[in-house]
Amino acid sequence: MSTLIAIAVDGAIHGAWLFLVAVGLTLVFGVMKILNIAHGNLYAIGAYAAATALGYWFASHPPSAAALAIQVGAALAAGLVLGLLLEVAVLRHLHGRDEVSVALATYALLLILDDVMLMIWGTDPQSAAAPYLLLGASRIAGMRFNNYEFLVMGLAILVGLLIWWVLTRTGTGRRLTAVIHDREMAAAMGINVRAVHVATFVAGACLAALGGAFTAPMIPVAPGIGAEIIVVTFAVVVIGGMGSIPGAAVGALVVGLARAAAVHLYPPAEVFIVYAVMAGVLCFRPNGLFPQAAVRRI
Amino acid sequence: MFRRADLRLAAAGAVLLAATSLMPGWLLVLAATALAKGIVALGLLLLMRAGLVPFGQAMFYCLGGYAAGLGSLWLGIRDVLLLLLLAGLAAGAAGWVVGLLIRRYRGIFFAMLSMAFSMILYGVLLKSQDLGSSDGFSVPRPTLLGLTMTGTPALRILFAVTVLLTVLLAWGVSAYLRTAMGQIGPAIRQNEVRVSYLGYEPDRLIHREYAASGLLAGVAGALVAMLVGQVDPGMGFWMTSGEFVFIAILAGTGGIWGSLGAAFILEAVHAIAFDVAPTYWRLILGGTLLVMILRFPAGLSSLAPRRVRRA
Repeated sequence: MSTLIAIAVDGAIHGAWLFLVAVGLTLVFGVMKILNIAHGNLYAIGAYAAATALGYWFASHPPSAAALAIQVGAALAAGLVLGLLLEVAVLRHLHGRDEVSVALATYALLLILDDVMLMIWGTDPQSAAAPYLLLGASRIAGMRFNNYEFLVMGLAILVGLLIWWVLTRTGTGRRLTAVIHDREMAAAMGINVRAVHVATFVAGACLAALGGAFTAPMIPVAPGIGAEIIVVTFAVVVIGGMGSIPGAAVGALVVGLARAAAVHLYPPAEVFIVYAVMAGVLCFRPNGLFPQAAVRRI
Repeated sequence: MFRRADLRLAAAGAVLLAATSLMPGWLLVLAATALAKGIVALGLLLLMRAGLVPFGQAMFYCLGGYAAGLGSLWLGIRDVLLLLLLAGLAAGAAGWVVGLLIRRYRGIFFAMLSMAFSMILYGVLLKSQDLGSSDGFSVPRPTLLGLTMTGTPALRILFAVTVLLTVLLAWGVSAYLRTAMGQIGPAIRQNEVRVSYLGYEPDRLIHREYAASGLLAGVAGALVAMLVGQVDPGMGFWMTSGEFVFIAILAGTGGIWGSLGAAFILEAVHAIAFDVAPTYWRLILGGTLLVMILRFPAGLSSLAPRRVRRA
């Protein structure tokens, strides 16, 4: 029984964290039909930015809740700058090309950004542990959980609710939904599709960086964290149905629980359980759990 | 049966074979690796013509490498040709099985699902202590028809085997592409529904081509494993697949020359970038890829002078 509770709590924590990282990817795909392979790099840059900013701040200040504000600030700044840069410099020129070519262009961005990060931050792992130790720990079913992990979970839920609210309750959201459903028709109705694209990509980049910034305190920030995360977030997004935001939430939860179950019941399976779940889901639901409707070309 | 293009292929092979004795060891390894990756690219060419980009081809490459290694360690097979056959069959069979599922998918989903399978293999190998986990294991030097090989002469012989095999496989692929079956690939890319109206089954064709591309990648993996004398799970990581896709994009879907040429270019860029800026070679690679996608969407083979062909 206690194992079951541990799996549930672990899975929920991990799932929420995955959602936080994956939601930007699915949003960008839904609106722009871009599978952003460099999403993991935006995440990693968010983590590095937060680690650097926290390092500067805590060199001269005592530990305090200001850390959280610094993390959010660093993430938004990094996401805004990079998102704008990539959209204007590269992705805009690939408008109208097939999805796979665009995905490969973002793969090229991944290679470039990997080395740019190496130039800026080097190969030594950076630590940003301050916020992690700030909030103490609690025990559930005999297992110790750091409260910071619950904070990340809360943040993921907050982000999810915010996106839901924007998409369904605001004019911006309605325009976005219109572009998701039919780009040409939306443009014909006077929606500035290009502006929507820029805004979406920047939002996706900010979400990735936010995910990274709040992950930074839990891990050593080192080269390779982006490549590690990106395939897992793909799995989450594909399981949920690409472009679907509720799908990303369900996919993240499924993957989180599957991974937690593997860790507690059969640890060697941890490295591939995510992909096994993905292959399993796709066997029965070829387009994921919440697929977007597609027109069949004849 | 034989056309001028085939003669050109044979001539290129003969030149490489003749140059074997002049090439130093490092160049032999470099050129043989390039040819092996060219073989992988030939397999990708089959799928890319149908508009499919597998982002998990490293799975078969890795599988082939491990099959060759285990074949000689566990089964005691030492002969190069037998090991290559074993690796090709193992990877081809794996391609057939995975193909049963993957043949239903197109576009991004095809790419992602093939990547998922390759990551499963990567994860399993990473956790298999009998197979050396993340370090892999070393592959003993094979023999050729009972002859033992050592040192640089061994590299020469392996290189010669690679050249012959590449020529043979490239000829096979180009002959296949000229058949009616081979022409359906581009038709699938353009309009799959109409292809099925014509009485062909796109799924079955893709399945067969996927298995064939697996076989090719497996042979290439075995070649590299024997050449380098080492296999590790990194051969199956998705970044390796990315490199193959890079070759395929660089090559375009024009034909075998693009694929083989692109593999050579990649290895050369690799070698030069490693020499000039060892830590930043991905920057160069990524920049090249980006320029290719933005400026030359049809790949290298689109740069070659084109004659108008009538059907």
